[in-house]
Amino acid sequence: MKFLEKIVHKMEPKFSKGGKLEKWNPIFESFSTLAFTPAHVTKRGAHIRDGVDLKRTMMTVILAMVPCLLFGIYNTGHWELVAATGDRSMEFWANGGEKFIAGLFVMLPLIVVSYGVGLTIEFIFGMMRGHSLHEGFLVSGMLIPLIMPADVPLWMVGVATAFAVIIGKEVFGGTGMNIVNVALTARAFLFFAYPTSMSGDNVWMSGAEKFTDGSTGATALGDLATFMGDKATVAGEVVTNAAADGMSTFSNSYSVMDSFFGMIPGSIGETSVLACLFGAAILLITGIGSLRIMLSFAIGGLVGGFLMNAIGGNVYLDLPPYYHLLLGGFAFGAVFMATDPVTAAQTATGKIIYGFLGGLVAILIRVLNPAYPEGVMLAILFMNVMAPIIDHYVIQSNIKRRLKRVKTA
Amino acid sequence: MSKTVKLRKGLDIRLVGAANKVKTELSAPKTVSIKPADFHGMTPKMVVREGDSVKAGSIVFHDKYNEPVKCASPVSGKVEAIVRGEKRRIMEVIISADPEIQYDEVAPKDASSMSNDEVKAAMLASGLWMYIKQRPLDIVANPDNEAKAIFVSAFDSSPLAPDFDYVLHGKNEEFQAGLNALAKLTSGTVHLTLNGKAPADATFTGATGVQSNKISGKHPAGNVGTQMHHIDPVNKGEFVWSVNAQDVAIIGRYFLSGKYDARKTIALTGSEIKDPHYFEVISGANVANILEGQITSDNVRVISGNVLTGDKIAQDGYLGFYSNQITVIPEGDQLKFVLTKGWMGPGMDKFSNNRLMMSAWLAPRKKFRQDTNTNGEERAFVMTGELEKVFPFDILPMQLVKAAITDDIDGMEALGIYEVAPEDFALCEYVCTTKIDIQDKIRQGLDLIGEECM
Repeated sequence: MKFLEKIVHKMEPKFSKGGKLEKWNPIFESFSTLAFTPAHVTKRGAHIRDGVDLKRTMMTVILAMVPCLLFGIYNTGHWELVAATGDRSMEFWANGGEKFIAGLFVMLPLIVVSYGVGLTIEFIFGMMRGHSLHEGFLVSGMLIPLIMPADVPLWMVGVATAFAVIIGKEVFGGTGMNIVNVALTARAFLFFAYPTSMSGDNVWMSGAEKFTDGSTGATALGDLATFMGDKATVAGEVVTNAAADGMSTFSNSYSVMDSFFGMIPGSIGETSVLACLFGAAILLITGIGSLRIMLSFAIGGLVGGFLMNAIGGNVYLDLPPYYHLLLGGFAFGAVFMATDPVTAAQTATGKIIYGFLGGLVAILIRVLNPAYPEGVMLAILFMNVMAPIIDHYVIQSNIKRRLKRVKTA
Repeated sequence: MSKTVKLRKGLDIRLVGAANKVKTELSAPKTVSIKPADFHGMTPKMVVREGDSVKAGSIVFHDKYNEPVKCASPVSGKVEAIVRGEKRRIMEVIISADPEIQYDEVAPKDASSMSNDEVKAAMLASGLWMYIKQRPLDIVANPDNEAKAIFVSAFDSSPLAPDFDYVLHGKNEEFQAGLNALAKLTSGTVHLTLNGKAPADATFTGATGVQSNKISGKHPAGNVGTQMHHIDPVNKGEFVWSVNAQDVAIIGRYFLSGKYDARKTIALTGSEIKDPHYFEVISGANVANILEGQITSDNVRVISGNVLTGDKIAQDGYLGFYSNQITVIPEGDQLKFVLTKGWMGPGMDKFSNNRLMMSAWLAPRKKFRQDTNTNGEERAFVMTGELEKVFPFDILPMQLVKAAITDDIDGMEALGIYEVAPEDFALCEYVCTTKIDIQDKIRQGLDLIGEECM
């Protein structure tokens, strides 16, 4: 790597202060620091520093997403083939290579658009502010394609990414300063701006229009909502029966095992709970992800599920709590979205409260709000906004503890 | 009434180059230096001029704004230079030493039979007062304040730190005399805090007139700040003082012999040292003859003190006033290719508090040769919960650091700035992904508090 090092040393004067290309220094620095950890040494204070830096941290998060990404690609390919042939009973693991390639054709353009648009904007802001690329978007840029429906038009992804990076992050000052999760901002933008492309029956399978047999390409939660709609038309005493019927129809199409392994339609990366668990394991083992948030988020979801069961009365309310954890974006949200350290609560106690409420609110929105079949995205965005308040009270209790010490002493 | 404290948080950084328990006694150094920068916030008013001759114990300068606080020369000789920096600020007073030290002697005293004021006056007049540091603010104690307690730590837990049990072995008498003097300086208790993990030397276990506590855990268990927080915390308006264990012995020696005899045992440590071991030197001595023939590579950094809180000095520089060790580590001013030694390399050569490096898995006991590279660029705060893992205080470190960065006086007060010193944040600075100079930020915060609230 000596020759690369020589090139960097040779180019450095041109980009440094007073050089010809000074304006472009942020870009030069971004690439040179990508290839080499810079020669920065400590000046004051601790003379040695931990081996970790933000680049490695972010890269580890991306690695943790790889299981979801790979499975997402395969799953997308599978449902595309299902839609093309109209054969819902197709064996999931048959024609693997074909499905994977079909999935890649959907996924790669999404990734390219997301990173392309996002990084361009980041570089422009970097040059305006005179700093090199801060690594936050490396994760957001991978998260965005993973939480898109397979059929989303590319231009929408581009617009959403631009919106999220500029309004969600850069106006607040860039990486580390944003209030709400960038990737979820992108999704929320599409969700409200182009609702027809983000939910409903036709968006979840690439290329699916209508099945010949009349079944739809909806997600599990979408279907569940539909069953509920049916129930409303059934009168009086039959309701409970209808509910039971709905439930059995539902669990026939989306068995626990299928939901766990993720062989169901949905946003590209979110379907497989198993893949999310692999990701969670990587994040927890390396010490990057917060166990407090992940666990309390799951517990919040379970408690929410039990509460809904206690009310009961329709398919949605009666759905077993563990089912909630397996469906939709719950697992993905808990592992990759709620744990975003910038937008989550920052104190240890705050993290527990934040995670628990996030899980609970996700189920509340999912079950009780008729308009949105899925609530995880909105719940996490809501808790992002609430996190500073949670932290405020945790900090106040710490301050009060210290003041009390004076009085008792 | 002794207390036992167990810490769960903290971090022991495993470094190569701990000192072997062998001691070299050095003849008097050619030159010694007193660096006013060691006494943070103090403006020195010189008493001597260049060319004056001094004895060991003669006053060299006093605090311009608090005249009784004086600093004495550790050797006899001639004031060779008063080095000034920008705006004629005094950077260093260099004294060329006589081969045989002449002392400015007084009659030996027994602190325990003296009144409180007499002890205080004796210590101020002899320059020994400089060894007493106060919290809040982490500066030389102001003799006008009343200390509610005085803390002495019987061990140093920082990386490659000298072993006080070895250093002070057999110095029971001096140490005890020092403690007797300290006992006269406070209406409260003198706390001597022992390492709960290892048996202490008789110098410490036999000490009387003190409350002897035990603390066990990783670094910063040996820091007085940690001990104060768990044993007798500082609240607003209160003052707690601390003295380093070796300096207690120096104070004791003065009372026993009537001489300001600033000899101490320091550890020469670090990965770039051929034969790391102990040296007996004089406070402020030139380190050139200590380092001679000891440094094994070219591009090194010499630190007076430990790697977390020490000061960078030249290879022919001078030992700091409060330093008990010299550490020599490699400089890290080279580019490191991403996949080998850089940010995405396997990380077998890197120590981290996260488990992100292979070394955490494959070599859980390995000792490291760490250089001064920051291992990354400065960033905004992104990761949370990192600082808390190494900060064994009931204080929210990240929030306090942010308050310090934003000059938020009310915030700093509420979040506990009165209890902390920059050294308490050394580990936070070490582990933080942002690479921000946290100790520096805390120092600035303390300075602001000192100006506005004290």
